[in-house]
Amino acid sequence: MSDTFTFTVDGVEVAAEPGQTILEAAQNAGIYIPRLCHRDGLEPAGACRVCTVMVDGRPQTACNFPASEGVVVDNETDQLLELRRDIIDMLFVEGNHWCMFCEKSGDCELQALAYRFGIAAPSFPFQFPADRQADLSHPDIWIDRDRCILCGRCVRASRDLDGKHVFDFVDRGPAKRIAVNAEARLRDTDADVTDEALEVCPVGALMKKGTGFDVPVGRRTYDWEPIGSEIEKRQTQE
Amino acid sequence: MSKPKIATTSMCGCFGCHMSILDIDERILDLIELVDFHKSPVDDIKEFTDRCAVGLIEGGVSNDENVHVLQSFRENCDMLIAVGGCAINGDIPSMRNKVPLRECLDEAYLHGPTVHNPDGLIPNDPEIPLLLDRVYPCNEVVKIDAFLPGCPPSADTIWTALVAVLNGEPLELPYELIKYD
Ligand code: SF4
Ligand code: SF4
Ligand code: FES
Repeated sequence: MSDTFTFTVDGVEVAAEPGQTILEAAQNAGIYIPRLCHRDGLEPAGACRVCTVMVDGRPQTACNFPASEGVVVDNETDQLLELRRDIIDMLFVEGNHWCMFCEKSGDCELQALAYRFGIAAPSFPFQFPADRQADLSHPDIWIDRDRCILCGRCVRASRDLDGKHVFDFVDRGPAKRIAVNAEARLRDTDADVTDEALEVCPVGALMKKGTGFDVPVGRRTYDWEPIGSEIEKRQTQE
Repeated sequence: MSKPKIATTSMCGCFGCHMSILDIDERILDLIELVDFHKSPVDDIKEFTDRCAVGLIEGGVSNDENVHVLQSFRENCDMLIAVGGCAINGDIPSMRNKVPLRECLDEAYLHGPTVHNPDGLIPNDPEIPLLLDRVYPCNEVVKIDAFLPGCPPSADTIWTALVAVLNGEPLELPYELIKYD
């Protein structure tokens, strides 16, 4: 393709096409840029900042920043690793993450990023928020707001993939929380257990009932290999 | 030269982390070549009489006795390691942090569905450690030098950490030994 151009990520030359984001182009080249609110197939939101890279020396979110000819991108620098680590730490302490009984443990992207970054314990004090109400009203699905990281994936998936708009955020700042498109309860929405919105939640906040702990410890997604290694393997295979 | 000493305690935990220490199996024979156990439920030594190289802390800080134990470990050990989720973030016991203490006690002793308590009293004997307003991670009470996550941390995690620390090497856990469950 004649429009193809190149730029570099940590000194490695990467090919891209017009319209691609930095994250997409890097990923196609086998370079993993950590991400949390973004997921392939969803419109990028730039919400979590985990994908922050330096583009010609300025911090930008790789999930929604367009690739362009000749830019110099830094990804795995000490400074960026520390920044990403701090974001993950903050997400842990501002919610209530009791991983030891969480059905998502082992398959959770927040936990997996903490593992990848080698976090033995967060470096900030735990907040133990008391106001995060669970919604158990739906027969097949529940919302555990203790674990919600406000990534907005469910909002975008429900709107864009399911065509339903079951979820959205209410309030602002520390009071911001995920809400459902009904007076109060999830069971009064048209949410269904087959919705894409359930598949995209990176953590154990939006869960199917009756399926927890199906996969034994040792066979879960991130038990042996860090998140992102599936992308990095593309590079080594070529 | 005498062997370095190691002390352990279980505070607001379930003793699972101590089970995991014992789960190093026959490596425990290697361990007692490397260290002597001092104050610990393993040998039932109750008071510190010697300085210890390493203190292993299981459990979070839930009552005034936990505070005193943790402070005495800090005074008597060169290095404190928080072992397991409860010591690091309070874990299961910290679920009560979402509920005011008074409500917790009411539910447990007065209004819970299976409570039979005709006197309507909440236990308040001076012998019983006083509950704190919430469960605190150890590092919010004293300085903690290293953390071994897991519920419990696997025997391999504990073994890897102890061998590194006792040999004066940096404590770096490989990917598969950092687990929060
Ligand atoms: S959602 Fe993830 S980080 Fe939170 S408790 Fe569950 S496994 Fe742990
Ligand atoms: S419920 Fe899940 S997908 Fe939705 S905002 Fe919370 S963490 Fe993100
Ligand atoms: S993944 Fe880019 S901001 Fe969240």
